[in-house]
Formats: sequence, structure tokens, C-alpha cells
Amino acid sequence: MTITLIAIVLMLAVFLGWIVSHTINVRPWSPEAGDQAGRDRLPAPFTVPRAGLIVFLAAITSLFALTISAYSGRMQMANDWQSVSLPDILWFNSAMLVGASIAFHAAWRAIASGRLAGARLGLAAGGAASIVFLFGQWLAWRALAGAGVIPGGDPAAAFFYFLTGLHGVHVIGGLVAWARAMTRLVRRSDLAEVRVSVELCTIYWHYLLAIWAILFALLLAT
Amino acid sequence: MVAGQHDAVSRVPPAEVGEMELPHAHSWVTRYIWSQDAKTIAVQYAITATAIGLVALVLSLLIRLQLGFPGTFSLIDPASYLQHVSMHGMIMVIYLLTAIFLGGFGNYLIPLMCGARDMAFPFLNMLSYWIYLLAVLVLVASFFVDGGSTGGGWTLYPPQVITEGTPGAGAGIVLMLVSLALFIAGFTMGGLNYIVTVLQLRTRGMTLMRLPLTIWGIFMATVMALLAFPALFVAAIMLLFDHLLGTSFFMPTMMMVSEQRGHEGGSPLLFQHLFWFFGHPEVYIVALPAFGIVSDLISCHSRRPIFGYRMMVWALVAIGGLSFIVWAHHMYVSGMHPNFGFFFATTTLIIAVPTAIKVYNWILTLWRGNIRLTVPMLFALGFLLTFLNGGLSGLFLGNVTVDVPLSDTYFVVGHFHMVMAVAPILVVFGAIYHWYPKVTGRMLNDTLGHIHFWVTLIGTYAIYYPMHFIGLAGVPRRYFAYGETAFVDDSVMTLNAAITIAAIIVAVAQLLFIFNLVWSYFRGEKAGPNPWGATTLEWQTPETPPGHGNWGRELPVVYRWPYDYAVPGAKHDFVPQNVPADAVEFEHGSQQARPA
Amino acid sequence: MAIAIVLILLALGSVVFYFLSPWHLPPLASNWGAIDTTILISFIVTGVVFVAVVGFTAYAIIRYRYDDRRRASYDPENKKLEFWLTFVTTIGIAALLAPGLITWASFVTVPGDAHRVAVVGSQWHWQFRYPGEDGRLGRVHPKFVGRGNPLGIDPSDPHGQDDRIVDRPEMYLPVDRPVEMLLTSRDVIHNFMVPSFRAKVDALPGQMSRFWFTPTRTGTFQSTCAEHCGVGHFAMRAQVEVVPQEEFDAWLGEQPTFAHMQALESGDPAAGRGRYAVCASCHGQNGEGNADMNAPSLTGLSPWYLVRQLENFKSGARGGNPEDTFGAQMTAFAGTLDEKAMRDIAAYLQTLPEQAAETTVSGDAARGQRLYRTCAFCHGSNGGGQWSANAPQLAGMNDWYLIRQLEHFREGIRGRHPQDMYGNQMVDMSQFLVDEEAIRDVVSYINIFEVRAAEQSGDRVATLQE
Repeated sequence: MTITLIAIVLMLAVFLGWIVSHTINVRPWSPEAGDQAGRDRLPAPFTVPRAGLIVFLAAITSLFALTISAYSGRMQMANDWQSVSLPDILWFNSAMLVGASIAFHAAWRAIASGRLAGARLGLAAGGAASIVFLFGQWLAWRALAGAGVIPGGDPAAAFFYFLTGLHGVHVIGGLVAWARAMTRLVRRSDLAEVRVSVELCTIYWHYLLAIWAILFALLLAT
Repeated sequence: MVAGQHDAVSRVPPAEVGEMELPHAHSWVTRYIWSQDAKTIAVQYAITATAIGLVALVLSLLIRLQLGFPGTFSLIDPASYLQHVSMHGMIMVIYLLTAIFLGGFGNYLIPLMCGARDMAFPFLNMLSYWIYLLAVLVLVASFFVDGGSTGGGWTLYPPQVITEGTPGAGAGIVLMLVSLALFIAGFTMGGLNYIVTVLQLRTRGMTLMRLPLTIWGIFMATVMALLAFPALFVAAIMLLFDHLLGTSFFMPTMMMVSEQRGHEGGSPLLFQHLFWFFGHPEVYIVALPAFGIVSDLISCHSRRPIFGYRMMVWALVAIGGLSFIVWAHHMYVSGMHPNFGFFFATTTLIIAVPTAIKVYNWILTLWRGNIRLTVPMLFALGFLLTFLNGGLSGLFLGNVTVDVPLSDTYFVVGHFHMVMAVAPILVVFGAIYHWYPKVTGRMLNDTLGHIHFWVTLIGTYAIYYPMHFIGLAGVPRRYFAYGETAFVDDSVMTLNAAITIAAIIVAVAQLLFIFNLVWSYFRGEKAGPNPWGATTLEWQTPETPPGHGNWGRELPVVYRWPYDYAVPGAKHDFVPQNVPADAVEFEHGSQQARPA
Repeated sequence: MAIAIVLILLALGSVVFYFLSPWHLPPLASNWGAIDTTILISFIVTGVVFVAVVGFTAYAIIRYRYDDRRRASYDPENKKLEFWLTFVTTIGIAALLAPGLITWASFVTVPGDAHRVAVVGSQWHWQFRYPGEDGRLGRVHPKFVGRGNPLGIDPSDPHGQDDRIVDRPEMYLPVDRPVEMLLTSRDVIHNFMVPSFRAKVDALPGQMSRFWFTPTRTGTFQSTCAEHCGVGHFAMRAQVEVVPQEEFDAWLGEQPTFAHMQALESGDPAAGRGRYAVCASCHGQNGEGNADMNAPSLTGLSPWYLVRQLENFKSGARGGNPEDTFGAQMTAFAGTLDEKAMRDIAAYLQTLPEQAAETTVSGDAARGQRLYRTCAFCHGSNGGGQWSANAPQLAGMNDWYLIRQLEHFREGIRGRHPQDMYGNQMVDMSQFLVDEEAIRDVVSYINIFEVRAAEQSGDRVATLQE
């Protein structure tokens, strides 16, 4: 649980620290407690949708931290751990996810400077790379299952399926949002709205990439 | 500091927060069913939670009938008894209390008290309710599948919960886990709304330190829930894997019914750690909104500013943070490494300090107040008594050595029902009596309210207080009957019968409450916009009940904190948050100094 | 006003209840007096705080009741007061925590001279194991668990050979000598709780947990299971006899070692045949039973069950109740048999053809099916019985016999003797059959079971191979 605690303590420290710093010297009953400058709001880059996404990512961080805690806990608690030899296709998949992340970032930059065609291309490439990533993950599962490494076997195998599955589900969830952004972009609806969709997708994909990097490193190391 | 001199802040133009585009209801269906209005969603949450809560109430009566009069009712057998116990606990903790405090009161009060038009993401908010409803339906479905609902206890400990020898180890537990996963997914959608709305959609002038404590409580509870619920989610999914795919995350090598199971090497303790990593914050997820609401009830009905507002806020923050490092105090006798006991006993008792501060501040708010004993206030006082009682017995159980003899006895049952069931539910009742006039435009019947309060308070105290003592005597919990247990003598059986009768009376009083809710909706006395003379924003809406978008054309502007009761010299004993300094009426035309 | 009075009454009533209620900690029988002291300190501190806070609240309610000519005071905080309250609370909390932690330090430190007992829980009974001459307990693993090795001791481990095995929920402890209890479970989580000893811990499958105490009083104590372990949770008890060292040594010497259990020959059907001649006069040549003689069918019952019942008859644990007239007849016969004879007879009965008894009662089998759900957890969904749950086969038994036994269990005529450890559980379990009709219904459902089905449990097959 140490890993989870560190993650949660870090998140809470930032958050509660912010709260305390904005409340510590305030005497709320006195009339000058009013805040005309709007300091009490989050800094400007945190728009409402972005704040929503960040809160969501905090919750997912807790989810993955707990999963990793369970992973290391289970590894220590019994001596039946047999490392899974990872299929090589995972390297290709990782490259795909990196590619997706770059493509999303390019789309964001493009839409920020008004280049709609570039944005469409970037977004489409990002989505396609993610779908290839998922397909690749599925191939990795098949390869492992073919080699007799099944969830019901030793715990390392079970965790491999569990971790990759959990990550995959989040990619699939992201693809739903991506499909919405794509539709909006193709239909050329309100540019501001499209821009919000694209930037949320981009942040989310960067996050998924980071999570995958941690999970992949963990799987490789153990 | 003289109030009138602050011309700079006396009048502020509205709309610093951008007007949000609201999804407008076009038909009866989009207004009342697929509604994206937080107020409607709140009522939907509350009604669903109450309905499933009544199911759990019936289950508790079945449990009590068996315990009070064993060998009398053939409809309760050992298996169904365990199923009732498990489902009663799970429904009450998750599907009633968590849902009604956050989904119900959170949805209704956050936008109104922050001065927002609606939640930040109304569509997600609507989705949150419908997923919650689906979770409830899946839960209800588990009553009807082959083998019935799970009987493994609300803590769902493996290997117990997914092995035969436990009722509902087949489809029942699968539906339970799926329902929990759905609940968590739905809650996360709602939780994003609560947090972002509080952070970003507060109206002009509504600084963090001008938020009512109700909002602070709900806000901190949501933060904790978003971080803690994933633990239950992970545990539930891994347990499902163990059950359906034959993995061995939690399932050890074991011999069941003369044959070895397929599992090997899993750790049941790992599940307990994950479960309580969620489970302990869950206690505060229910308690913090109750703390917040009760602070506002006491302040409003004592006509006096809440005492030590800042300490109250920081105590909430401290409790929220600390509650993540106390989870293993539920596991002192679980067989985990005993040295953990030192750490967790210490953290657990430390958390008592901010909690005690809250209690002191509540009673110091009463002191030199001008106390109106309205029905909401009575419930708030009932909360003080039961929470204090339950909190103090928590000092026994948190103190590791004392917990050893007492854990898994009726002392525990008495403790957590007092602190986690009676205390928060009294706040729920108080809050409903308090805000019902705003939600419906009518007052709840006062006489029925008084009867409801007295029966509930005295009845529940009579039910749970004696339980501590039979626990002390060693009576274990989750027992279908005590027939041949040597140290359980006849006096315990007599007490059990008495408790059962008290429970039936309390349950009947709840029907009276439900009747009051329905009757008053149609026949209740009409309430004005602000029947209690409260300062917070929800009472200052242009319409009662508040209309779509809450505030008419312009968002309110906040000029003061939410506890301006009994402002010296002011003509009325309360000044609403949206009244500028130069609009406060003073007696004799004089403007008096306010304490700095 | 009423609320202030009620608050005061409830607070004072709570204190009075503490002194007047008949329920207190059961008399201490171990060294853990420090736990009791900590509880007492907790009661004093919390009691004072409770009365003080509630009293203050009630006083405030009376003194500051509503008066529309008056205003509340406007003082949003008082730093000094808040500081002192926090400070005093911290001191109070520390006063509670300190004795707790000091006691815990000794709780987690097992004295060097403690002897060890392995306690094994399973659904729904306890078994025990004491180290033999070498003072060490052998390795165990669930995969070794079987009829001749109920605790799963590794046969290849020399340390396990001399382990003393107690295959029944009864343990002895020497008084005034620290004991370390090593708990494990064969299936789900259990908890071995004796309230008078104060100490307890969960028994988990796949790992060992431990606690220690020193029994300070001789006598018989009852342990209950304190961790929800399924349908039989409430009927999972054991007896702990605390006796002087010499008595303990004598008792331990009588318990079979693992090596002895392994070497135990199975019963001899040929010898049993001769022995059975006496039984046959009532139970029939083929063990088919005889309703006129009130003698039930004996075929289909497993040897472990037959031997256990014969031993119970012999010791008076069964049939000793004056109302159990037919059981009393059996005590005379069983008294003439030694353990070997019992096993021989049981072995002989296994060679007899199994036959279903005649149906003599009719009831609502559909309702019986619902009721049988509870029985099925131990006796199997087709009445085949389960050795691991100490539950005999029900399929094929005489229905009149089942009814009589259920009634006897329900009324405590059978199973209440302290030495009838598993009969005890049936006294508890049968309580959910609330009347004679329920008993008839469940038995008429049992009547439906086919005798063949019983064999599928593998119970008898395994027995015959032994």
C-alpha cells in the first residue's frame, strides 16, 4: 500500500496545500474577506472542462496506484510468483501509443492555430494508432494464452491480463471521447467546442501513455 | 472596522462567473425523467436511495425478529439470515447513505449554495444518476437469482464470499460486485461535478472561506470518495476475476468439502487491505457531509454564527487527509503483522482530536445562542448525542489492545450503528425537515415531525446503547442464534427481544415520516422563500422552489460569510450572504461596530 | 426544554446502565489484566467526557432557549479557548493511547518459555495439534489433508511424525504456563475467541497468525468463532480445558501421534461380521433396520460416523438423556465394544448393499426443499453427507428415524452432552425448523434423494478403498 499512499499523499498535499494557503489568513466574518481578484479560483489555465478532466485523472491515478500496490503486495505475500516472459509485440504497441500521443499533440497545436485540416489529420492518426495499439494488446493476449499463460495460472500472469485490461478499458473509454471530437471536427461545428474536445483528448492520451510506461516498466522489471 | 465604510465592496456587478448555457427541458420527460437539472437529479437520487433504504430497513427487521425471537419464524433460516445481514449493511452504507448525502444533498445544495446555475457538467450528472439507478436494480436483481443475494457479510471477505458454504456464492456475489462497480463509475461522474462546481462555478464574492460548512463537508467527502472508491473498484474486479476466471489474487490454497480448490497462494489479507483502504474513508464520506449539514442546522437554529468556522474547515480537511492512514484499525485481529497495530492505533486516536474540536465548536455555538427548538434543530441535537456516544466508543475500538477482546462482538455493532447509522441518519432527517420547504415550497407537518424525532432518538438509543454491553460480555456478532453458546445467558435473550420490539417501533415511526413527506407535499402549510431566516444563498432564490437556472436573470453576488446571525445592531437577527454592507438595516438608524 | 431533560436523562441513564446492567466483561482467566485496565480507563475517561459534554449541551439549551427580545452573541471564534480545548483533548487521547500501546507491546512479544499449540479452523469446527517429543510442529499443506491426515501434515517431515493430533473441537491447556496459539484455517477465515482469555486473532487459510496468553484459572471454557465463516458460523464452538500441568501431560499422552494415526489399520469386515450378529437382532441381518424395534437402517453410513456414534453411546454422550429411551438401549450394547470392534463393525457394514428405506411420512416436499437449503451446506445437496463437515449421509435413512432425531436435537434430548461435540451443532442448527410440520416437510424432501446419489459424494468410495 506504500505506493498508493505516496500517490495519494502527493495528490492530497498539492490539493490541501492549495486550500490551506487560500484559507489560512482569511477572517471570513470580516467584510474585507471578499475576494475581488478571483484568487480563490484555480489559476487561469484550469478551465472548467480541464479541471473536470484533471479531477478525473486524479481518481484514475488512485485506481492505478492501488492496482500497482496490489501487484507488489501479492508478489511479496506468497512465493508462487513466476515472471511472465512478455511478448515482443508489446514494444510495437508501446511505439503505437507514443505515436498516438504525438499525433494528438499535433492536432491540438494545429487547432490552436486554426489549421483544421492538420487537426483532422492529427486526430485521425491518433485514433488509428490507438486502435492499432488495442489490437496489438489483444494479439499479445492471444500469444500468451497460446503459450499457456492464462489468467487462472500463476499470479504474475493474472496480473498481466488485469493490468493490461484495465489500461485497455481506459483507452477504449478515451476512444469514445475521441469519436465525439472527430465527429465535431468533421461536421465543422463550433470551433471553440472542438478545440476543448481535442485538448481534453490530448491531455488524456498523454496521461494514458504515462500510465502505460509505468505499467510496462513494472511488467518488464518483474 | 465599520461596516458602512467599505464602499469598494458594497456594490459589485454580477456575472464574474460566465453565464452557463443550460440544457433546457422541452417536455415532461426531459424535465422530470431525463432531466439535467441538478435539483431534479437530487430528488431522483433521494427517492431512489430512500426506496432501497426501506428495503434494507425491512431486512433489518427480519434480522431483529430472528435475534429477538429465535425459533419462531420459519421464513428466516441461517442462510437467509446471513443474506439479510450482508445486504442490509451494504445497502445502508453505500446505496442509501453515500447516495443520499452526495447524490441527494450534494446535487441540490452545491449549485444553490455556491450561487451557480447548475452543475459544471449537467449531462454527466444525469448519467451519474441513471448509472446509480442501474446499480440499484442490479443489486435488487441479486435477491432473485438462484441461490439468492450474497451472504458473505457487507465486507465481502474472500475466500468466504465466493466459496460454497456461504449463501449467494454463485450469481448473488457476481451481481453484487457488478453493482458496486457500476455505483463507483456512476459516482465518479457525479463526483467530478461536485468538485469542479465548488472550485470553479462559485458566484462572484463567494470565496472559499465564505462557503457554508455544508458545502465544505460535501466537497471534502467527494474528494475522499474519488480517491477511495477506486480501492473498492479494484478489489471488486479482482474478486470477480478470482470467482469467474479462476485467478488467485485473494484466494489461497484451501480444502473445501474434502477436495482442494483450484486456487493457490492468494492472499485474503490483500483484499482486506484494499477493502478497508476504501472502507475507512467511506465512514468519513458519510460523516463529513453530516458534519457540514449539522453545523449549518445548529448555527441557523441557534441564531448564532458557527463557533470557530476556520477550525471547522481545517478539522474537515485534517479528518479527510488523516482518514487515509487509519484503515488497518479494522484489521487489528485479522492476522496482519501485529506491529502495524502501533502505527494505526496512534493515527486512529490522533484523528479523534479534530473530531473532538468539531464537537466542541457545535456546543459552543449553542452557548450564548438564541436556540429555537425546531424539528431540524432537535434532530441536530440528537446527532450530537449519538455521534458523541459513537465517537467515544470508537476510542475503545481504535485503541488496539482494547479492540482485541471487543472486535467481532456486539460492541462493534453498537459502536458503528451509533456513529455510522443513527448519527448520520438523524442528520439526513434534520436536513430534510430543514430544506423540504425549499424543495417543495411547503413545510413538513410539525406534529408528525416531533413524534418522528422522539421515537427515533429514544428508540435507536435504546436499541444500540445496550448492545455495547452484551458485546463486552463477549456475545459475538453475525450469529443466527445463541442457543448453545455457554456465556450467552437468558438476560441477553431478554434484551434481544426488547431491542427487537424497540426496532419495530422505530421502523413504524419511519413510515410516519414517509407519510409526512407525501402528505405535506400536497397539504403542507405553504412556506415562504426563507422560513427559517437563514443566511445562505439557497434561501435567497427569486422563486421557491427555485426555477430552472436557479437565479432568474442575474447570478447573486456574495458580500459576506454564511454565518451573519445576530450581527450587533442589525435590525434582523440574520443578514443573508447576498446583502451588501450598505443595505443592512440597523436599529435606530445607527451603524454599530462589528468585532474585528 | 423536553430535549434538554431527555439529553440529561439519557446521559445519566447511560452511566447508571453501566453500573446496573448484568453484562460486564466475563471474569478474567488469563494474564491480560492490562487489557481490562485499559478498558476501565477508557470507560472512565469517555464517561466523564460524555456526561460533561451532554450536560453542557443541555444546560446551554435551557439557558439560551429562544427569546425574541434577545440576541445571540456574535463572537465567531476564541483562539485561546480553542487552543486549550485542543490541548486538553490531546492529553486525554494520549492518556488513553499510552496504556493501550504499552499493553500491545507485551501482546506482540511472545515469552520465550511459551509452549505452542496449532489451532486449525475449518467449516465448521476446530482441530488442534501439539508438538511431540521434539518440541516442534511438522510442516502442513492443504494438499495432504485426507481421512487419515485431517490436518494435512507433510508425511515426509520427520518433525510431524510425533505431533499429537486432536481431531475434535476440544483442547487442554496447562494452567499458569504461557501458550502461543498458532492459527490456520483449512478453508475460510475463522477466529478463535474465548472471552475470558481476552486475546484472539483470525485464523486464515494460507498463512499462520498467532497470539499468546497465560491461562490463570483452571476450568472449562468455551470458544466461539468470531469471524463470519458461513452458515454454520454460529454453531462453531470448541471447549478449552485449563488443567494442572500433570493432568495436561496425562491427557496429551492419550492423544494419538501422527505416526500412530498413519499406522492405524482400517477395520476388518470379517471380524466385524461376527460382532454384528448381536446388532442384527434389531438392525436386521442386512442392516436394513426395523421400525418395530425402533432400530434405524445402518447401511450407507460412513465408518467415521458409525464409530463416533458408538463411542458416544459408550461414553454416555448420546443416549444418556432419560427421555432418549431408545438411545439408552444402545448405550448398553456399545459399552461392550472396544475401539477396534467398533471399526470392524463399521467396516463390515460397508460391505452390505445399500438400500433406500421405506417412505412412511408425507409432508410438503416443496417447502422441505426450501428448508433443506440450510442442511445442504453440510449434508450435501443430495444428502450424501460430508466427512469434512462431520455430516452423515441422510439419503436412504429411515424417515421416522430422521424425524425422531431432529425432534431430539431440537429439544436438546440428543446433542446437549458436552462431549457430543458435533451433536451440539445440530441442536443449534435444528432450531430453524420451528415446528413438527417443518421437520416433516424437510424429511419428506430428504426421502426423495436417491441412494445412488450418495455414492457420488465419493465419501463411501474412498472409505472402501482405505
